Amino acid sequence: MWEYTDKVKDHFLNPRNAGELEDANGVAEVGSMACGDALKLSIKVEHGKVTDAKFQTFGCASAIASASALTEMIKGKSIEEVEKITNQDIANFLGGLPKEKMHCSVLGRQALEKAIADYKGVALKEQEGEIICQCFGVTDREIERAVRENNLATVEEVTNYTKAGGGCESCHDAIREIIAKVRTEKKPVSKPKLSNIQKMRMIEETIDREIRPSLKQDGGDIELIDVIGNRVLVATRGTCAVCKASEQTLKNFVETKLHELVWPELVVEEVTQ
Amino acid sequence: MKTIYLDNNATTQVAPEVMEAITPYFQEWYGNPSSAHSFGGQVARKVKEAREQVAALLGADTEEIVFTSCGTESDSTAVMSALATQSDKRHIVTSRVEHPAIRSLCTHLAGRGYRVTEIPVDGEGYLDMERYRESLTPDTAVVTLMWANNETGVLFPVEEAAKIAHGRGILFHTDAVQVVGKLPIRLKESAIDMLSLSGHKLHAPKGVGVLYVRKGCKFSPFLIGGHQEKGRRGGTENTPGIIGLGKACELAALRMEEENTRVKALRDKLENGLVSSIPNCRINGDPSNRLPNTANISFEFVEGEGILLMMDEFGICASSGSACTSGSLQPSHVLGAMGVPFTMAHGSIRFSLSVYNTEEEIDFVLEKVPPIIERLRGLSPYWKAARQVCASP
Repeated sequence: MWEYTDKVKDHFLNPRNAGELEDANGVAEVGSMACGDALKLSIKVEHGKVTDAKFQTFGCASAIASASALTEMIKGKSIEEVEKITNQDIANFLGGLPKEKMHCSVLGRQALEKAIADYKGVALKEQEGEIICQCFGVTDREIERAVRENNLATVEEVTNYTKAGGGCESCHDAIREIIAKVRTEKKPVSKPKLSNIQKMRMIEETIDREIRPSLKQDGGDIELIDVIGNRVLVATRGTCAVCKASEQTLKNFVETKLHELVWPELVVEEVTQ
Repeated sequence: MKTIYLDNNATTQVAPEVMEAITPYFQEWYGNPSSAHSFGGQVARKVKEAREQVAALLGADTEEIVFTSCGTESDSTAVMSALATQSDKRHIVTSRVEHPAIRSLCTHLAGRGYRVTEIPVDGEGYLDMERYRESLTPDTAVVTLMWANNETGVLFPVEEAAKIAHGRGILFHTDAVQVVGKLPIRLKESAIDMLSLSGHKLHAPKGVGVLYVRKGCKFSPFLIGGHQEKGRRGGTENTPGIIGLGKACELAALRMEEENTRVKALRDKLENGLVSSIPNCRINGDPSNRLPNTANISFEFVEGEGILLMMDEFGICASSGSACTSGSLQPSHVLGAMGVPFTMAHGSIRFSLSVYNTEEEIDFVLEKVPPIIERLRGLSPYWKAARQVCASP
């Protein structure tokens, strides 16, 4: 059984804004029944503001909850604000989603963009891309975007976020190429400002994915204790706790990785706890 | 909240009689059956008795029973043994709807140079016997076919299939995990060479299984170690598990009639009740050729995980063949092989009963499930459109 947060369960059991808006001026349908989830979003925009939104979802609990959350997030907001909403924002609103279910939040973001495009009467760039995953109809642009926005590093992660590669698996090489291409792109000099919660989540994810496995190979480990501003407080565990070189490891390896993947101004500090 | 457990093809509760039988073997009679002292010897005698109980349920001889740790170990042992004892043969025949214990093993072996043929099934889940006959070649080392499907309960004619394989000098293995205890088995009268069963599917504890190996069938052990199980499976015996499985087999023989009358009637009541009160649903698998305890029903235009979670709010436990519950993105390979359309496969729910279920429980489920489906359909973008199409003349 999936580990859902209470907020996901609440939005699944008591979905907000379910249904169809009669007087919508932006409508989007994404996903398909064959793929296992589909979302129909209708929005009403008045004077540059989303005044109402409704959804219909075919899909699992997290797909229903993501759509419900999305409608709550956009109601009353200006188009400019709504356009900035990422799939991660939807997941954060719900207190997080299991990693295998992140595609539900991506589906929400896709529907939102499509509904806004429909309102504005413009075509979406994503739809121009080349289909990479035939099983789930995912384009190179969608994959690139998910990799870039969520800092994805493996095919499995891309599958979790976009479903691409989750079927016959014949597109795995193509996905690997896209990941490699995006990850070698020059990172913009001024990164968009991270919210504290995003920063903390990214630090945790980076430790889990990029740092901990290497430390564990030598029997060591670190635990994230707190993040205060740009100070990342960690405690050393296992062999790291008794290793004379652990300070160097923290500076040269842990901090460097965090600079590279999260935020260039982070400072790693060791605390005893 | 009371739990209404309708997921007995996943696992079953340990029968109280079984629990009572095994309890002393943890702390009182914990001896090792291989020991020379009488403290261990008394446990060895109980293991022997369990072997007799299992053999009796299967219609087999005691020396044909090898205790293992689970159904998966039995399956792996059987297939790997067939390949090890016939190293010149490189072909395996199986079906498209096997349990992952066989399916993943075959994928693994295909990656190591073995040729694997998967026999298709028809829309009712029935094995294509013509394709089966055609698939057998002089290079075929082993046929492995499940007796009953874990998702739909559909039965394969394994006794007939075993005869055909034997006629060509090919070893035949069956994963009978879902059948043992539910339908009578007479292995002495069949051509089956190897059969897997798992304790926790028939009210014994988890962590014990059996591989039946026909007398005279060439065998190569999977776990190599001590002389346990006459050298066919190294490792100290899980004595409480084995003793519990013996007791569970004895109970199963006594309850088989109930399984095929009362349990079957409850299953039918559940199935008919749901199908008659909920539009756009269907039963997956040939209703006339399946286990008495299993119902696999698809509810169109909804997704299975949502149904499971809403049933969970009422303490009702079942399974789904939807993609979202499996951890993969594809719905059930079993329903896929049967050609069940996507609109139906994603909304499939398996209810599997046991002798511990009551009529009140079934009535409760019949009261709670239809509104759940209606509620989820109310959220689905496809439901209204489908209704309109159906309603138009």
